[in-house]
Amino acid sequence: MNTPLRRLAVVVTLLFASLLLSTSWIQYVGASSVAAGQGNVREVYREFGRERGPIVVADDAVATSTEVGGDYQYLREYPGGELYAHSTGFFSIVYGTTATEDAENEVLAGTADSLFYSRIGQVLTGQDPAGGSVALTLDPAAQQAAWDALGDQRGAVVAIEPSTGRVLAMVSKPSYDPDRLASHDLTAVREAWEQLNADPDEPLVNRAIAGPTYPPGSVFKIVTAAAALESGDYTADSVLPGPAALDLPQTTAVLPNYDDRPCGPDDLTTLAEALRISCNSAFGQLGIDLGGDALRAQAEQFGYEDGLSIPLTVTPSRVPEGLNAPQSAQAAVGQFDVRVTPLQVAMTSAAVANDGVLMRPHLVRTLRGPDLQVIEQVEPEVMGDPISAATAEVLTTMMVDVVDNGTGTSAQISGVQVAGKTGTAQTGNDEAPHAWFTSFAPADDPQVAVAVVVENGGSAGSETSGGRVAAPIARAVMEAVLAE
Amino acid sequence: MTTVVTALAPGTRRGFELLLIGVSVGISTAAYALVGLTVEGVLPVRLLAVGAGLLGLGLALHVVVRVVAPYADPVLIPIALLINGLGLVMIHRLDLAEDTSLAVRQLGATAISVVAAAVVLVVLRDHRRLRARTYTAMVVGLGLLLLPLVPGIGSTVNGATIWIDLGITTFQPAELGKIAIIVFFAGYLVVARDTLSLVGPKVLWLRLPRPRDLGPILVAWLASVGILVFERDLGTSLLFFGIFVAMLYVATERVSWIVIGLTLFAGGCVLAWRLFGHVQNRVAVWLDPFDPRLIEATGGSYQVVQGLYGMADGGLLGTGLGQGRPQIVPFAESDFIVAALGEELGLAGLFAILVLYGILVQRGIRTAIGVRDGFGKLLACGLAFSIALQVFVVAGGVTRVIPLTGLTMPFLAYGGSSLLGSWIIIALLLRISDLARRPDLPEPPRGQAPTSPADDARTQVVRLP
Repeated sequence: MNTPLRRLAVVVTLLFASLLLSTSWIQYVGASSVAAGQGNVREVYREFGRERGPIVVADDAVATSTEVGGDYQYLREYPGGELYAHSTGFFSIVYGTTATEDAENEVLAGTADSLFYSRIGQVLTGQDPAGGSVALTLDPAAQQAAWDALGDQRGAVVAIEPSTGRVLAMVSKPSYDPDRLASHDLTAVREAWEQLNADPDEPLVNRAIAGPTYPPGSVFKIVTAAAALESGDYTADSVLPGPAALDLPQTTAVLPNYDDRPCGPDDLTTLAEALRISCNSAFGQLGIDLGGDALRAQAEQFGYEDGLSIPLTVTPSRVPEGLNAPQSAQAAVGQFDVRVTPLQVAMTSAAVANDGVLMRPHLVRTLRGPDLQVIEQVEPEVMGDPISAATAEVLTTMMVDVVDNGTGTSAQISGVQVAGKTGTAQTGNDEAPHAWFTSFAPADDPQVAVAVVVENGGSAGSETSGGRVAAPIARAVMEAVLAE
Repeated sequence: MTTVVTALAPGTRRGFELLLIGVSVGISTAAYALVGLTVEGVLPVRLLAVGAGLLGLGLALHVVVRVVAPYADPVLIPIALLINGLGLVMIHRLDLAEDTSLAVRQLGATAISVVAAAVVLVVLRDHRRLRARTYTAMVVGLGLLLLPLVPGIGSTVNGATIWIDLGITTFQPAELGKIAIIVFFAGYLVVARDTLSLVGPKVLWLRLPRPRDLGPILVAWLASVGILVFERDLGTSLLFFGIFVAMLYVATERVSWIVIGLTLFAGGCVLAWRLFGHVQNRVAVWLDPFDPRLIEATGGSYQVVQGLYGMADGGLLGTGLGQGRPQIVPFAESDFIVAALGEELGLAGLFAILVLYGILVQRGIRTAIGVRDGFGKLLACGLAFSIALQVFVVAGGVTRVIPLTGLTMPFLAYGGSSLLGSWIIIALLLRISDLARRPDLPEPPRGQAPTSPADDARTQVVRLP
């Protein structure tokens, strides 16, 4: 009986070998794919059991973790509240992460590859693993000014430092309280979530970069004017037709001016004058003459059609392809299907402000390890040069004229030269138009470029205009930055 | 060149056993202390009591073995004690997480089981005396198996009717019935082996047994199917049939029995799958546990999947005792203690435990090879294989090698019946190994060939001058 016993021993060995293989797969070789399965609460517990690093704005934490014990050891709290909600995002047990909490999750959680040595150090010194910190580029004064100036109106404000691309302010209204979603009271979290999602004003949406993209209206005229100047066929003084309404070719439709009056004597005007008084008919004709492709190409150079990551995901702004003549005329004044984010409008002004060089916009400035050592400093980076320095100079002069003597006078700041452009964008339905304003200052040494959109005219309703509703908000933000 | 072959008279190796008992109690006690330090931040109140208790039990059994089975295999007790101790530590750790007090009961059950093992060793001075009780064992075994079906005594827990209610506690009689049945198989097969190994018709390359000899295996098969049908106990059913086929093969040395056994087993599987929803459910969970519908379903894959997540979380080295979340898995202290240990001790720790089981089983089979009487061979191999199969079925179920069935991890899982059965198996293996390793011959003078036939000799050392 010894031979079969020895064979039985072999069978037993094989049985055990299969167990060694299966456990090796589950715990080592395939562990990450196993752990990625549905409903793995351990991953959630682990994320919450670690001290998550703070999100910082100018040395103050706008998001921070506090040890509270319980199953989810650390509570994520947002001292930045609604003011910074769209920048921080939230860190929710039930609904995951958004915005910076999501985009920089690995650093905040301490799992980033760049934190490898830091983790080893923690293991060796017996410290609890902790996450790194993320410093944002936001300027508290500019952020607060934008928040206050926008008031209770729906809309968004973005401010950029033209020479670096740093986002100085990013406000979207209405906002929400991230603490409600980060709570450990899961019932309350679900209620808050349902309520926020049911709100027709969509407080969870960051209108500044990821909202329903807006028709830009006349602020797009900066792009059209840039395309004209870059073509070499136009100067600020080029004479353009400026009738009260432009007959659109191939259709019976017309493109009327805002006040239904001609833009100059004998229905003629200049490029600079057309921008100053926001003359639709002149820019419509310019659109027809330049062609849709040229407009689109110029827009792309300013960053349209580009899905940016700042590192929050930015919805690309769009100029449709294959525009015919009447569509080009409408696109040239920021109507038809041209759609933009406020960030894109601010980027356009920032490029003009920065001698025609577009800097890559970014919201994150510094990533630090748990030991506060810098692991990454986001350096300013050139994204493109959409226009020449000469064109930028001409556009700046034209935009200064808009604020000094044109539609944007309410953006004037005493003692500072401001360059800007208004916009009043038809929304296509019966609602009041969106009020736009974009600007930068000081015109000779730009420190800040701003874009403001106030949905459906804000408090002014159908009486709205970019100059009346949006320009004062932009002024407040510029003043806040320049006051420093 | 002359070759001198001498039978090496083995020492009793009791000192070695004592050393290993010390090591295994030391490991368990250290692990127990670690749980207290990590979970509560202080050394556990009962640390000394638990350490001294385990050591006392180990020493008591050691002394009994020294007296009544001095040549017994020295590694069986230390390994069983270590696995038992690690199980206790994990149950205590889960107690802390769940605010239960199962570890105290488990420690009590350990004490009773070790005492029972000592009693078996003292009372049963020669395992061959069991051979005379072959048919008593059959009656006792079947009786214990069927006991849960008796109305008023049996109770159904989680769908399986394998428990009896003793008033103060519940008991799984199959854990003891298993041993009685193995005794019966050994006694029966040692007699029937000559008949059963007779050659019948040859089909293809396989020499089949005579059709009239198919009776016993069919009875065993029907009994297994009966357990499945009436007690809804997949694991015990599989265990009994597996042990029978293995012992039948060892007894007859005929591969054809394995083929017939596996065929019947496959047939039983198909039958069970067709007849029972809970079997279909187990198979569905085995094939795709990550299916969200199965995870959420009652009796679905939630337990399996959470166990897998725990093990994946543990990784190579584990989270450390007291630092994982094994309590997320339902029944982590019994059915899924493997997953709990995998999570906190890591792949390394789980490998170590599996290797301990492997050594235990291989020592059992070695005992079977070493002992000279056929009954002893079959008994030792049946007992050893029962541990192997049980470990495979449980750990294989948790790690998705096979569908999950309801068996317990010997020594490790929470449950007094299982502990008692497992320690009695150790007692029987100690008893048989004592005979297998006992030098019954005087030391032959140097230069003389041993008188015993080489076939029957124990460990031999070939000395080249």
